[in-house]
Amino acid sequence: MDRIPILRMGEFLLVTIQVDMHDQLAMTLQDDLAERISATSAKAVLIDISALDMVDSFIGRMIGTISGLSRIMDAETVVVGMQPAVAITLVELGLELPGVSTALNVERGMQLLRARVAAQ
Amino acid sequence: MAALLQRTTDTITRNQAELLSSWKSDLQNLGGYHNVKPEELAQQTVDFIRQLISGTADGSADINGPAWDGMRLYLEKLSRSRALLGMDSQQTAGFIFAIKRPLMALLQSEYANEPAVFAEQLWAVSELIDSLGLYTVRTFQKSREEVIKRQQEELLELSTPVVKLWDGVLALPMIGTLDSQRTQVVMESLLQRIVDTGSEIAIIDITGVPTVDTLVAQHLLKTVTAIRLMGADCIISGVRPQIAQTIVHLGLDLQGIVTKASLADALALALRRSGLTVTKAV
Amino acid sequence: MIVRSSGSQPVRLEQDVVLARQTVRKLTQECAMRLIDQTKLVTAVSELARNTVVYGGGGDMDWQLIEDGTRVGVRLTFRDEGPGIADIKLAMTDGWTSGSGLGLGLTGAKRLVDEFELDSTVGAGTRITITRWT
Repeated sequence: MDRIPILRMGEFLLVTIQVDMHDQLAMTLQDDLAERISATSAKAVLIDISALDMVDSFIGRMIGTISGLSRIMDAETVVVGMQPAVAITLVELGLELPGVSTALNVERGMQLLRARVAAQ
Repeated sequence: MAALLQRTTDTITRNQAELLSSWKSDLQNLGGYHNVKPEELAQQTVDFIRQLISGTADGSADINGPAWDGMRLYLEKLSRSRALLGMDSQQTAGFIFAIKRPLMALLQSEYANEPAVFAEQLWAVSELIDSLGLYTVRTFQKSREEVIKRQQEELLELSTPVVKLWDGVLALPMIGTLDSQRTQVVMESLLQRIVDTGSEIAIIDITGVPTVDTLVAQHLLKTVTAIRLMGADCIISGVRPQIAQTIVHLGLDLQGIVTKASLADALALALRRSGLTVTKAV
Repeated sequence: MIVRSSGSQPVRLEQDVVLARQTVRKLTQECAMRLIDQTKLVTAVSELARNTVVYGGGGDMDWQLIEDGTRVGVRLTFRDEGPGIADIKLAMTDGWTSGSGLGLGLTGAKRLVDEFELDSTVGAGTRITITRWT
């Protein structure tokens, strides 16, 4: 079964979503990430969605869940690179992802995570 | 609809040179085609007659049928070129209608001794030319509407300048009455610029906006949320007292949105957030 | 109104939701829809196709590329022969869900398109038609 790879960089976990996701793939990613956070005691998770041309309520919910999950497991999450059209559509859909941290791109996302981890 | 006789088609085919020349002279008498190049006009008349012959070849007078594919394509091209030259619909359709007189004359001499057949064929040809003329008007109208639509879009984009105030700080000074379509276009271009420039702070200045209605206010709020989802921050500046009243009156929730009285205040905040200070050089 | 082209494809499995999105993305590109409108329509398709699979027990998506004056648009119909929706008013309420979703599928999809038509009979199935113009 196909999976979205999770890369480890020190205390950080990096996920880049580059495929048109079906629901099962999203669920698998959610489970895999929870496993990896626990196994590696990662302090932060960065999810790059700049290649996604669409985020519907299912993927939106997955992003929210990952964010909540990792917070409980003492890791920060940041979602980076959301496209303007995707952001506008999500707002129109009624999904404002409260509690999810965002950044413009991977670089800014890393900065944000480093600052947060250092502050702890 | 009366059917076209093969004989009618043959008559047209046989006499096309004559038809062409009297049509051309009629067009000249009508005038109004001086901004079409003469050789272009000549080519257009030749093409029309060729398409007319090929269209009537199987006796079908239904111009939406496959026999008329070439003719429809030709007419679309013709109307588009007329629309671009700025001609009106009358001149465009008049070009087609002008062929009626020579065509009638041709039929009259062909069916001189058969008044019943003549009447029937006259009717059939007349209906055919009418529907071709109307088709031209319709496509002409469509081309004009496309031109207008494109211009409107261009105008919208022109009226929405997103300016860079500082490294990482964009501003969108909005001026004039906002309708919801304009707001939408403006906001989209702001979001795109945020991505393109990697700016983390966007200031929407509404000093120049006299009033906002519910829809526009909602668009503003949605934009602020979308900007946050993309990972940037938004400040709204220049909220006039009347607009503040409207927003409160409409019961819109401005929580989590940073507002500043003026663009200057907003820029000061943006600089502070970026870790910059402005000092007087002495 | 003129139908430029049309077609149909099954929406039975989870993977079909992805295929439905891809078909519609291609259609929106064919009629030169603005990116933002493309994204809205494709997202609505994702929501409705998922509903067809999850709640309708699978069905089909019919697509049409339509033309009305200077407007060009994409019209899609999702049909299933599932249990149907008992209370349409309730189903069209934000946040209400019969399953485990967020309850944004139907209402969200409606907000993302220009035209939305819902027709459902308990025990016979559901039919939803959406249109988005350029």
